[in-house]
Amino acid sequence: MKVTFKVYRYNPETDDKPHYEKYELELKDDGVLLDALNQIKWEIDGSLSYRRSCRHGICGSCAVKLNGKNVLACKTSIKEAVEMFGSTLIVEPLTKNKEKVIKDLVIDKKDFWDKNAKVKPYLIAEIDEHPESENLIKPALLELIEEADYCIACGCCYYTCESIRANKDFLGPQALAKTYRFTADVRDQAKKERLELVDKLGIGIWDCVKCQGCIEVCPKGVDPFTKITHLHNQVFEEGVAKRNVATKHAEGFVHSIKKHGILDEGMLVLYSEGANVVRHMPEAISMFMKGKIKLPWQMPKSEGLDEIQKLIEISQTHELKD
Amino acid sequence: MKYALYTGCTAKESTPELLKSTLAVAKVLGIEIEILNEASCCGASHLQDFDEFLSLVLNARNICLAEKRGLKLVTLCNTCQLMLENTKQKLDSDEEVKAKVNEKLAEVGYKYTGESKIQHFLYAILEDVGLEEISKHVKKPLNLKVAPFYGCHIIRPSKTHDGANLNENPFKPNAIESLIKVLLGEPVDYAMKTKCCGFHVDLQNTPVSEKLTASALIDASESGAEMMVTPCPLCHLNLDVKQKAAAKEANKEFNMPVLHLPQLIGLAFGIEPKELGLHHHVTPVEV
Ligand code: SF4
Ligand code: SF4
Ligand code: FES
Repeated sequence: MKVTFKVYRYNPETDDKPHYEKYELELKDDGVLLDALNQIKWEIDGSLSYRRSCRHGICGSCAVKLNGKNVLACKTSIKEAVEMFGSTLIVEPLTKNKEKVIKDLVIDKKDFWDKNAKVKPYLIAEIDEHPESENLIKPALLELIEEADYCIACGCCYYTCESIRANKDFLGPQALAKTYRFTADVRDQAKKERLELVDKLGIGIWDCVKCQGCIEVCPKGVDPFTKITHLHNQVFEEGVAKRNVATKHAEGFVHSIKKHGILDEGMLVLYSEGANVVRHMPEAISMFMKGKIKLPWQMPKSEGLDEIQKLIEISQTHELKD
Repeated sequence: MKYALYTGCTAKESTPELLKSTLAVAKVLGIEIEILNEASCCGASHLQDFDEFLSLVLNARNICLAEKRGLKLVTLCNTCQLMLENTKQKLDSDEEVKAKVNEKLAEVGYKYTGESKIQHFLYAILEDVGLEEISKHVKKPLNLKVAPFYGCHIIRPSKTHDGANLNENPFKPNAIESLIKVLLGEPVDYAMKTKCCGFHVDLQNTPVSEKLTASALIDASESGAEMMVTPCPLCHLNLDVKQKAAAKEANKEFNMPVLHLPQLIGLAFGIEPKELGLHHHVTPVEV
């Protein structure tokens, strides 16, 4: 199979700016992206730099961007990549942020590792140094953590995260999925402390923009977004949730649906923001002028309101604060 | 052809023009619409944060409303689409959860079966009407450079959409471009078209939301777009209503008309701007 590769090249020590190098390769049908990078390095240009180690989708070091999608080079079939993107494949580092590119496809992942460390990615428990037996848990409890446990810290999700793009402080999908890995583990004794950390505005679960990018790229099926949703649920269940604009926003949905069946958009903002709602006034006025705001007496109600109220009454799994 | 239309809350409140223009376009395409006025809010990806089970139950009921009518459930909002499809997938793949949800639904006389397909209007008309038939109704070629803005929840996660979005490649989607072409406009290619508008953190982290919105507007305008189009009313609210705020955040100036997808189709069909609700936009649309 003939494939054209456009590979990002940048050596900050000698180059003013990055450029793309083209390589035409003849590859076997069952090859993976890492085979192509190896072929370039070993047969065409020894100066190309990239990371790899295990070649089995376990170490996470070979993560790169392929036509906009973060992937593990050793796990990405060339045949499938060509089916998805055509016969020109563009290979780039996970981030093109110039400060982070060390050389070519190799980046400095310090920000990623710092956040991973911040959530204490290990079991916190008082365990006898000389236990007489293993600390077993039931299969059903293992199931809760299994997916999250598959994370190999490759960073594919982190460097695709839309929230990280605009907020450098956000812990990001990997660290949050890792947090859930331990909050859902019955052996861990730091659940509350972990939940308090991720309940913070700016860095934690409330700042996920819900772009679903982490689910899309994770090569191990960790589904960080859904783990973040579980964390949301846990902070409410454990009574850790602080009263702030984000938690009130989530609760406000129940209030609004109870009342109208559908959302009262204006009241939801008022309920979530409290007195701070004034900051939305300029937009509210411009919307009002264009007929985009319903006044309380115009607010439509669902025709199935009785049924909806009944379902909320019998299905709600925990209590609202007010 | 008949659809059960799940309008979502936004099309009934802050984007009335979306519902108006959808009905106008459906009429031209010969699609009969039955609006699900008994539906509830889908939770917009926030209710689930407070109570995942409640979100499943309410959305299962929403799906039942279409099942009862034996119709395809058609949505107008990316987030509604994802919430409903997520629910469907969970119930269809987990007998235990389905039984628990059905136990609650039985109390109000419903039973979720999983028979109805759930599809966003964009993909529903592509699948059921087809580009060729759509092209036959074009009376006023667009003749404009249009930047498609997909929004997250209609393309990601691809495993959830399970064919409902015609197996769109989330890294290289094509549906809106193909529509723009048959409406005789020119689709603009730009990197931000598959990125996030930031809507879902607008309250708790306004600067983040505005940064993301601004980056989409900047990229589209620098790529030569004369207008943007989106299948998602939430993206629309950020891109249209919050355009000024985003401009301030980015220290730029924008004057980018942002159309709902049915409005764009309607314009090319020669439907009157008033009927398409163009006067409801905060950033003016001149046609
Ligand atoms: S869904 Fe949330 S955590 Fe995942 S990539 Fe998007 S913003 Fe980041
Ligand atoms: S969650 Fe998935 S994508 Fe993210 S670091 Fe772990 S394995 Fe990689
Ligand atoms: S080389 Fe280890 S994951 Fe690819």
